[in-house]
Amino acid sequence: MGASFGRGGATNFLQDLQHSDCIVIQGSNMAECHPVGFQWVMEAKARGAKVIHVDPRFTRTSAVADKHVPLRAGSDIAFLGGIINYILTNDKYFPEYVLAYTNASTILRDDFVDVDDLDGVFSGYDPETATYDTESWSYAGVEGMAAAGSRNPPAHAGGESEESQAARGAGHELGGHGAALAHGQVQTDTTLQDPRTVFQVLKRHYARYTPEMVQEVCGVAPEDLLEVCEAVTANSGRDRTTAWVYSVGWTHHTVGVQYIRGSAIIQLLLGNMGRPGGGIMALRGHASIQGSTDIPTLFNLLPGYLPMPKVGAHDDLDTYVDTICSPDQKGFWANARDYTVSLLKAYWGDAATPENDFAFDYLPKLTGDHGTYQSVMNMIADEVDGYFLLGQNPAVGSAHGKLQRLGMAHLKWLVVRDLNMIDSATFWKDSPEIETGELRTADIATEVFFFPAASHVEKGGTFTQTQRMLQWHRKAIEPPGDCRSDLHFFFQLGRKIRERLASSTDQRDRPILDLTWDYPVDEHGEPSAEAVLKEINGYHLSGAKAGQLLSSFNEMKSDGSTSGGCWIYTGVFADGVNQADRRKPGRDQSWVAPEWGWAWPANRRTLYNRASADADGKPWSEQKAFIWWDEEQATWTGHDVPDFPVDKAPSYRPERGTGGPAGLSGDDPFIMQADGKGWLYAPSGILDGPLPSHYEPHESPVANAFYSQQANPTRQVFRRSDNLSNPSGEEAGSQVYPYVFTTYRLTEHHTAGGMSRWLPYLSELQPEFFCEISPALAAERGLTHLGWATIVTARAAIEARVMVTERVVPLAVGGRTVHQVGLPYHWGVGEDAVVTGDSANDLFGVVLDPNVHIQESKVASCDIRPGRRPTGPALLEYVAEYRRRAGITVETGNVQRTPPTSHEHGLHPRES
Amino acid sequence: MSNSFSGPLDDPAADAGWQESQPRKGFFTDTSVCIGCKACEVACKEWNGIPEDGLNMLGSSYDNTGALSASTWRHVAFIEQPARSVEPAVQAEPSRATVGLGMPAVGLPGDSMDPATATDFRWLMSSDVCKHCTHAACLDVCPTGALFRTEFGTVVVQDDICNGCGYCVPACPFGVIDRRMGDENTKNVGIAQKCTLCYDRLGAGDTPACAQACPTESIQFGDVEELRERAAARLATVQGQGAAGARLYGEDPGDGVGGSGAMFLLLDEPEVYGLPPDPVVTTKDLPEMWKKAALAAVGLLAGAAAAFLGGRP
Repeated sequence: MGASFGRGGATNFLQDLQHSDCIVIQGSNMAECHPVGFQWVMEAKARGAKVIHVDPRFTRTSAVADKHVPLRAGSDIAFLGGIINYILTNDKYFPEYVLAYTNASTILRDDFVDVDDLDGVFSGYDPETATYDTESWSYAGVEGMAAAGSRNPPAHAGGESEESQAARGAGHELGGHGAALAHGQVQTDTTLQDPRTVFQVLKRHYARYTPEMVQEVCGVAPEDLLEVCEAVTANSGRDRTTAWVYSVGWTHHTVGVQYIRGSAIIQLLLGNMGRPGGGIMALRGHASIQGSTDIPTLFNLLPGYLPMPKVGAHDDLDTYVDTICSPDQKGFWANARDYTVSLLKAYWGDAATPENDFAFDYLPKLTGDHGTYQSVMNMIADEVDGYFLLGQNPAVGSAHGKLQRLGMAHLKWLVVRDLNMIDSATFWKDSPEIETGELRTADIATEVFFFPAASHVEKGGTFTQTQRMLQWHRKAIEPPGDCRSDLHFFFQLGRKIRERLASSTDQRDRPILDLTWDYPVDEHGEPSAEAVLKEINGYHLSGAKAGQLLSSFNEMKSDGSTSGGCWIYTGVFADGVNQADRRKPGRDQSWVAPEWGWAWPANRRTLYNRASADADGKPWSEQKAFIWWDEEQATWTGHDVPDFPVDKAPSYRPERGTGGPAGLSGDDPFIMQADGKGWLYAPSGILDGPLPSHYEPHESPVANAFYSQQANPTRQVFRRSDNLSNPSGEEAGSQVYPYVFTTYRLTEHHTAGGMSRWLPYLSELQPEFFCEISPALAAERGLTHLGWATIVTARAAIEARVMVTERVVPLAVGGRTVHQVGLPYHWGVGEDAVVTGDSANDLFGVVLDPNVHIQESKVASCDIRPGRRPTGPALLEYVAEYRRRAGITVETGNVQRTPPTSHEHGLHPRES
Repeated sequence: MSNSFSGPLDDPAADAGWQESQPRKGFFTDTSVCIGCKACEVACKEWNGIPEDGLNMLGSSYDNTGALSASTWRHVAFIEQPARSVEPAVQAEPSRATVGLGMPAVGLPGDSMDPATATDFRWLMSSDVCKHCTHAACLDVCPTGALFRTEFGTVVVQDDICNGCGYCVPACPFGVIDRRMGDENTKNVGIAQKCTLCYDRLGAGDTPACAQACPTESIQFGDVEELRERAAARLATVQGQGAAGARLYGEDPGDGVGGSGAMFLLLDEPEVYGLPPDPVVTTKDLPEMWKKAALAAVGLLAGAAAAFLGGRP
C-alpha cells in the first residue's frame, strides 16, 4: 500500500463500502473475522452491489456473497494478473484517470529486464545474497534512491551473516510510506506508446496471465475468471466504483506485499482509488493493530512510519533525514525533519537541543534483524535474556510453535501480561515438548512472571482500528484484583528503572534518565491516558503559542519549537479537545460521519480523495462526487477533509525542480508519493520486484507454471536443522507432502485463543480443533467425518477431528487434482483453558517475506492420515520418518534461486 | 375477553386480560442476511446468565449448539446444501401448501463433486428462537401460572413460580421450552426455561440482547404488526432478486398457532432449518375436547340418572 499510494493504511473506511457497486473480498473472510464491519458489505448488497468472494474455502463470507471463486491457496498473484491482463487487452481501464493520476506514462530505464527474460527474476538479482540491486528498476533520468538507506550497508557490519541480517532489517519501513526518489521530474510519454512506458511494460508483463494460465495455476475455471473480470470492469469508471477488501489471508505469505500490489494495480487501472465506494480496504487482524503499526511495536519503525535508524548508516540526524527523502522530491515526506525533531522533543524534552542533534544519538540503532522470528532464534542461541509478552501468545499464535517454545525455555526471564494464563505462560509444564521429552520442567531455568492484565473495559484509552480511526474508550469498571493496564505497567517499570539509575553517571544511561516520564496519575496510580495522547498529538514549546496543543502536523518545526510523539496523529487533540472521544451519532451527521472519532491523517476518511475529481477538479460523475474544486471560493471542498493542499488549484503547476509539498501539481493526488502519482509500477521501495509476478509458496506440491523459478527468489529463509522445509514442486520428495493446507480463524474464537478458549460461552460454540476436508480427500485418505486425522509436515504432526464438507473443493491444477486442508488455529494444549487441542501453527516453519518480515503462515504443504498421532517420543520418530522418506536436509526448499528445470528429470519426484 | 385457543387474534395481551397492553413485540429474523456469527447466542447467554451447556463437537457443520433448549435460547442452524431447484412456495395458503420433506440426498455429501459446479453450493444460516405464539400451548397447560402472557404479548416463565412439572415441554409444537438439567449448583435447575424476549430489557425500553448484538440486522426487533409488513416487503425484494425458494414463516395469523411473535424469512422449506412445516398449538382442540368431555359427562350422568330413575318405576 505504502509503495503504491504513499501510506500504509486502508485507503477508505468501512461505512464507505455501502456505496460500492461491486466488492471483491480476497484474502479475507470478512463475515467471520470482521462481522461488525461486514454490515456495510451487506448494506451494499442490499443496494444492489455484487459481492464476490475469492478464497480457497467456502466460508460464511462466501455464503452471503453473490459469487464464490475457489482458488488454490497461494496463487492470488496469478488470479490478479489474469484480471490485469483482461483489463489491458480489452482496453477496460479508465483512460483519463490512468493518464492523469498514475505513473502509466512514465518512461523506465532501458536496462530494466522483466522476469520472462530471466527465467523468473527481475534484473539486478544477486543469487549470492538473494537480493536485488533495484537500480535498473528506476525511472529514466531519476537515479533510484531506495528509501531509508536500504542500499547503504552498515559501515562496520561484522561478518557476512550480520550484513545480510542488516539488509533484511531494512525494508519494513518501505511498506510504510512512499519510497523516495531523487526528484519528482520524470520523463513521460502521454500517448503511452513508448515501449519503455510503465503502461507498455505492464502490458507485456501480464500478457502471459491468460485465462488458461490462471486455470492452470489457480484451478479457477475461465468462466469464473471472466465473470469476476466483467463484474469489476462493468462496475468501475465515472459512474461506478469497485472496492477490494483484503486481510491477513494476503499478508501472511512470502509474496504478501506483491498480492496487495496486484490489487493496487487493478484499482489504479480502473480508477477506483480515492473515490467513494472504491479503494482498498485493508482489514486489520484485530483491535488496534493499525495503531500498533502507526505507533509501532515493530523493531524497524519509529512512530508515524519514520524508519528506525541503523548503525553506520544513520549516525547523525542529517544523514538520517536525507535517507528518508530527498528535499527535491514531491510530497509531504520532504518534511521528515520536522516530524523527526518533534518526535525527539517528545521523547527527551529539554534534553533535546539543536546542539546535540536533538538527542538523535539517544535513539537505539539497529544492528540487524531484530524481528520476532530472528529474536526467537537468538534465544535458542542464548543471546536473549528476557522477553515481554503483552497480549501475545507465540506458543500458539506464531509460526513454528515448537521453535517459539524451545526459545522461551532458553530465557532467563519471561514476563507475560495477559487476561488469562495462556499457553506461553505455562509452556514449562504443559507444552507438547514436555510430553515428547524434548523439554523437562526441572531443566528449564526460565523464570516466568505472570501479570494479570486489565481488559479494555477496565481502562481508558484509544483503539486505532482498521480504517485509521482513533476511538476513545472510557473505563467502565475498575480492574479486579491485581489486574492493571499496560500503561500502568510500563509507567511503573520506567519509574523503577529510572530510580535504579538515578545516581548513574554513565553516559549510556542518559537516554533513560532524560526521558520525559512525568505523567499525572489518578488515585489508583493509573497514569492519565489522555496526557499520553496529548504528548502524541504534540505541543508548541516556545513562541506565542507555547504550551498549546498542535492542531496539524503542518505546524511541526525542525528547530525544536514543537513536540509530537507521532506526526500522523497530530490533530487528535486539535483545539485542546480529545477528538477521538467524539460520539455524535451517525443519524445526526453526514454519512461520512467526520465527527465520530478521529482518523489520521487530519481526520480524512478517504485517502487520496483528490482523485475523486477529474484533472480539472470536477467530480467524475454526479453520483460519485466526493471532493471537488470550488472555483469561486478557490478551495477544495466536499464531503470529506480534502487530502490535498486546500487552496492548490487543479491547474497549478510548480516550477521545475520544486520539491516538497510545493512541488505537487494540481493533479498530483497521491501527495505522499515522490512523484505525486499512484504507482502501477514501483521503481523503488519494494525489495522483491517492481511488479507482482507469480511465485509458488515456499512449500508447494505444485511446480511454478510460469518459469523455473519456483518461489520468491528473495524470500527470507533460515537454514537450520530445527527449521526444515518440505520439498516443493519438482524437488525430489515433494509428493511425500502432497496436499496444500491453510490456516484461519473462526468467528467463535480470537486468534491464539487467549480471549476465547478461557470463556465457556465461546468455547462451547467451537469446542474442538478440527480440519476441514473435501469428501474426495476423505475418500482418498480414508478419513471419516468426526473421526481423527493426523496432519504432518517436516516440523510437526498434529491431530484434529475431521470435518468432511463440500465447502472444501479439490481443484484441478497443472493437470492434477490438488486437495486443500483447512485448519483453524485457535487451539493450544495449555491445561488452564476451558478447551484444548493441538495448534495448527506448529505445522509451519519460519520463512519470511523480504519486505515486511511476515511469516508465510497461510499456506504450506502437508500429508494427512486417518487416526490420532503418536504420543511421547514416538511422535518425534513419526515426523522424522516422514523427513527421511522425503530426503529432507537443511538445504531442502531453501535454495532461493531455483536451478533451471532439467526437463528430462522433471515431474518425477521420488514417491513415498 | 375471548380466551380463545386458536385462530387469528389481534391482541394476545388484551386477550390474556391486560387492561393497558403495549403494542405486541416480536422478532423478524431475516435469514438471507444471517452470517452465522452466533453473536445472538452469546449475547443472549451473557445477558440472561444462562450456563454453558456442553463442550461437544457435533459435526453438524458449524453448529455445536444443536437445538434450542433450557440453556440455549437462541440457536443458529447451519445447513450445507448442494444447490437444487426449489419449488416456489405457495404464498396464498402457506399452511396448506405441499412441501418437500427436505430429506438429505442419498449418499455422502459431495460424492458427485465436480470442481466446475462446486460454487453452486449453499450454506444456509438461521437463528432460531422461541416463537412467542399467539396461542401458546406451554402457557395454556402450565398448572402453576409460572408461564404468563406479558403486556408485550410475549410468553415468559417466572422462575420462582415454576415447579418443574414439565407439562409445557411436550406442549410446545416447536420443541422450544425445556427443563434445565444439571447438578444442584446449576442455576434454575429443573425449572422450565426459554427465551423471554428479554422481558427485563423491554420493560426498560431496550432492545433484546440478541437483536442488539446482531451485526447485519438479520434479527430485527419491533412491533409485530410493523414487522409483518417489513417481512412481506423484504420477501418481495428477495424473491425479486431470484430467490425462488424464499418464504415467510410464522407471520401468518391464520396458521396453526395464530401467527408467531417471532417470524422468519427462510430461503428454503422450514424442514430444511429443522422447523415444523405446519405447527399447530397442541391445545387447539381443548375447547372441543372439553365440550365432548362435557357432553360425555352429561351423557353419563343422564345415563346414570336414567338407570337410577328408570330402576324405580
